[in-house]
Amino acid sequence: MSVIDKLVARSRRRSPWLFRLNAGGCNGCDIEFSACLSPRYDVEQTGALLVGSARHADILCVTGPVTRGSLAALETIFAQMGDPKAVVAVGNCPATCDVFAGSPVIAGPLDGLVPVDVFVPGCPPRPGDIIEGIARAVAALPAKGARGGKRDAKRKRGAGKKT
Amino acid sequence: MNAGRALVGLLVFPGLLYALPAAWLMLWIERKARARMQGRIGPPFYQPFFDFVKLMAKRTVPLAPFDAILAAGLPILAGSSLLVALGLLPVLSGPGGFAGDVILLVALLEVPGLAAVLAGFASRSIFGQLGGAREAVLSVVSSVPFLGAVVALAISARSLRLVEVASGPAAAVRWPAVIALVLCLPLKLRINPFSLVNAEQEIYAGPLTEYAGPKLALWELVHGMEWVAWTGLAACFGLPLRSGRPARDIALMIAGSFLLVVLLAVAAAGTARLKVRQAGLFYWSWGLGLTLLALVLAVIPRGGGGG
Ligand code: SF4
Repeated sequence: MSVIDKLVARSRRRSPWLFRLNAGGCNGCDIEFSACLSPRYDVEQTGALLVGSARHADILCVTGPVTRGSLAALETIFAQMGDPKAVVAVGNCPATCDVFAGSPVIAGPLDGLVPVDVFVPGCPPRPGDIIEGIARAVAALPAKGARGGKRDAKRKRGAGKKT
Repeated sequence: MNAGRALVGLLVFPGLLYALPAAWLMLWIERKARARMQGRIGPPFYQPFFDFVKLMAKRTVPLAPFDAILAAGLPILAGSSLLVALGLLPVLSGPGGFAGDVILLVALLEVPGLAAVLAGFASRSIFGQLGGAREAVLSVVSSVPFLGAVVALAISARSLRLVEVASGPAAAVRWPAVIALVLCLPLKLRINPFSLVNAEQEIYAGPLTEYAGPKLALWELVHGMEWVAWTGLAACFGLPLRSGRPARDIALMIAGSFLLVVLLAVAAAGTARLKVRQAGLFYWSWGLGLTLLALVLAVIPRGGGGG
């Protein structure tokens, strides 16, 4: 690994920019996610930053079971994010659809729609667990190739199309 | 003008060698001060540097060739003009600059705002266009008091040379003009209470909503350099620099710039975002009032009431 590759890998670990998408959840997980940014948990200490545009983000944090109405938004946002990127499923909803399972308006669970890197269980999960999930997703980023992981990105897009 | 001295100004101090680390440090101070004001710990000091490296190495969705040239060209244009503006800053004494360089400095400092307007409209995103339109309106709003303050200083110094404009004015003119200039900084730097242009979560990231990867990294760097240039300008006009002792002048200018960054960041953290109308009212009352006071005092002949 060259010095530049090491610097890039280190920068990625120290600077995860987050984008949050509520794909039809009850808002419980979103409240816990917001608590991560509060003085008590202060996720910005780790270099994380909540950004307003998906194009700026490295980590997509999805809450909710992915309703049919939010599916197009999920796909657009995932496509807008540049590689390397990771997806964190926050709460039981994106993992199993939780209390919404079996509803005709649900397109989830999430891992059938986009590749998910980390699941954070809980209904809702505690802020500490969400931060740990983000940290695990960040740790997965440098392994995807120091300059963007082209092959991995192709594999991921393929996985997204299959379902 | 001495070419060697101009080159040192451009590449060493207050140019590239100083501006690059200072830009990252000022971006960090702004985030850190905001975090401390909110009772948080905030990011470590190397954060803006790692953000820059990460963005530079990020793969982005390809754009059409013309859009790609425009997207990369605008931040490069903004950054280059800021660098030349920094090179012109009258920190040290001596025959630096040339007649009329104050006009060049003002023009160069307006380029990043213009580039942000173009970037917003070129991105063809509704949020980018909203941000671009807000930037256009607000740069007119803040430019009137800013230009008036510079004109007052120039009239009082009876010169259009930066060194003389910075050293020459009477104290009665200098203080209202410098305060009007400092009042313009939150709007020029797009921070609270005048963060309308890139109002985060409201219009996403304003003109930069559609930018990503290396192009966004360049814009972040340009934003940091805006901090260095605007606070450096206020320090040059407001502090007793150009004493003939370079080490003292440079240290004083750096200390003044960083103190101003802390004050602006604390003021930003303690205030909420105002509306365009409220921002306009503020600048056209307080900003313009101070500027008019400076202008009136400047046109009173020397030896009269102007001192
Ligand atoms: S996991 Fe529970 S708290 Fe979170 S969105 Fe679903 S139902 Fe709400």
